[in-house]
Amino acid sequence: MSSYSVTEPSRRMKWVAGVLVIAYALITMVPLAWIALTGFKSPADAISYPPKYIIGSDSEAGFQPTLEGYVNLFTTRTRQTPEFLDANPPETWADDIVRQYGMVIVGPSKFGERFLNSVIIGFGSTFLSVFLGTLAAYAFSRFKIPLADDLLFFILSTRMMPPIAVAIPIFLMYRQLGLSDTHLGMILLYTGVNISLAVWLLKSFIDGIPTEYEEAALIDGYTRFQAFYKVVLPQAATGIASTAIFCLIFAWNEYAFAVLLTTANAQTAPPFIPTIIGIGGLDWPAIAAGVTIFLLPVMFFTILLRKHLLRGITFGAVRK
Amino acid sequence: MAQIVINNLKKEFGDFTAVRESSFTIEDGEFFMLLGPSGCGKTTTLRMIAGLELPTSGEIYLDGEEISQRPPSERDIAFVFQMFALYPHMNVRRNISYPLVSQGMSRAAVKAKVAEVARILGIEDILDRPVGGLSGGDRQRVALGRAIVREPKAFMMDEPLGALDAEFREHMAEELRALHDRMGATTVYVTHDQLEAMQMGDKIVVMNNAVVEQFGTPQEIYDKPATMFVADFIGSPSMNFLSFDGQIGAGANEVDMQGASFGIPQAREGFAGQMALGVRPEHIHLADDAPYRGEVVATEYLGTTQIVTLTTAGGEVKARVPSGQVAQPGDTVGMTFDPATITLFERGSGRALRSALNEGVLDG
Repeated sequence: MSSYSVTEPSRRMKWVAGVLVIAYALITMVPLAWIALTGFKSPADAISYPPKYIIGSDSEAGFQPTLEGYVNLFTTRTRQTPEFLDANPPETWADDIVRQYGMVIVGPSKFGERFLNSVIIGFGSTFLSVFLGTLAAYAFSRFKIPLADDLLFFILSTRMMPPIAVAIPIFLMYRQLGLSDTHLGMILLYTGVNISLAVWLLKSFIDGIPTEYEEAALIDGYTRFQAFYKVVLPQAATGIASTAIFCLIFAWNEYAFAVLLTTANAQTAPPFIPTIIGIGGLDWPAIAAGVTIFLLPVMFFTILLRKHLLRGITFGAVRK
Repeated sequence: MAQIVINNLKKEFGDFTAVRESSFTIEDGEFFMLLGPSGCGKTTTLRMIAGLELPTSGEIYLDGEEISQRPPSERDIAFVFQMFALYPHMNVRRNISYPLVSQGMSRAAVKAKVAEVARILGIEDILDRPVGGLSGGDRQRVALGRAIVREPKAFMMDEPLGALDAEFREHMAEELRALHDRMGATTVYVTHDQLEAMQMGDKIVVMNNAVVEQFGTPQEIYDKPATMFVADFIGSPSMNFLSFDGQIGAGANEVDMQGASFGIPQAREGFAGQMALGVRPEHIHLADDAPYRGEVVATEYLGTTQIVTLTTAGGEVKARVPSGQVAQPGDTVGMTFDPATITLFERGSGRALRSALNEGVLDG
């Protein structure tokens, strides 16, 4: 006999919950795992049927892992005559891989550059959204602002249509202002889209922080601004972390504006990855390799901020 | 340490008046209670003294200096919040040292000061603990530590015992009072608990509906209430009001109520109309032959005394009599009142009529 408890779920409930969570994790993880695997296949293995998914096995479903996809992702190559190849023996392991196809590496691809653009624009706009959002949210939460409710509604209303609906005006405006295909332009654009989310999310977090903390800091001899960044900010860390993750995910994955507004200088990874086309068709392993690398920063960023998402540090500090 | 003078202080929030032209003086070293029901303006008054609210009009003098419009950091006043408001991301030591850090005190001096305060409060062993896991009493002590560490001119306390369990409250109240006596710092303490105010305070201000009803020592307020509100709010059970329609001349020593005559402290003003005779339960004696009579409705046994509830022509009356005295529900008994303790009130305004008893206390 197990004793009945209101707060502790029964063993069976825990078991059901566990199965559901694992099933959900599998469903969401399988496409990611498939992409990660494809990155290590040869172009032929990537499109073979029945599919191959066991690394290093000689069975029918097995394939030999190769870094071909990654090499193709990071380099540009040309086909050469056998005489040229004989005269210039391969120098690196990467050369060895491309020689199988009668090619030589002639230089790096644009991927590194595009990836760096994504990092600058993604993290830049996330920082700006969260920074401005926190200040605005604090002001809305703590001060008597004329028409505060209307302003908040106005801020939210910028998200009431899909951002791409205003793509043409923004395109024309950016061309006029010289912001097309610039890092600053993309950072401002993503910040503009994200800031409404940031203000609303952060306002609710800051509303939840009792004003007594700031008052205590004011009494203890600090200025309003010191009270804000020494007392309020550390407690809003949970909210800031989750807001930052949401903002980064949007800016990182955004495709439509990136296609429209960037071409060479500030192009981000999402519009670049589909342009990786190998000889004789799409180079799936290279695309999969690009996607895998593209996933990593958001993943690490989320893991880094995870502890702030999981527990609120204000727990138990104020007796209600 | 300082004297605080409140002069015509007023606070309005839009159309709502939280505090209406209040004036009183808090002497240096006094333990001063702001007492009243919730929403009476006592906390707003306290926050104005501390600088957390700016008054709409009026002045606050701290040691002779007018401070009503200064930011809190320039007032040198400490504040203990009802919910303690300990910084949750800091441990006990950092919480206590935080006010000193803002003053730019050297690290060694801060350490010595925190150690001293911890010793006074008996919290040396928890200095390095996070504040999240502390018991209510320890949080209270840390909050006090943060207040006393910088030796401010005055302490403001907003119902600091309100968040504690009942049994612990009493203990903490004693501790607080002992701490005050030891430090001799001017303390302004907000509470809605009249017992706490009587027990701890040197002086009490009773507020109601944004107005100061009375200002004086606990005994003055208990014995010589200025209004029916004060008389009713202070004391448990509260003062009895026997309502009657009558008249009284200046200099009278007795009053006629429902055909019976009662001795009163000599009246200093005359009045005719709706009045209430106020008498505390302990000043009522049951006497079989007394002319003013009532029927016993209930008795509550309290050990050495009992509370006898009676219905009379003037309304319900509670009397505190020795528990040895026999009183059965249904009995009709006579009552006498201690003449020197009676206060007459004007029912319409609730104001106490001036008499030999409350001379010098009213309009003070």
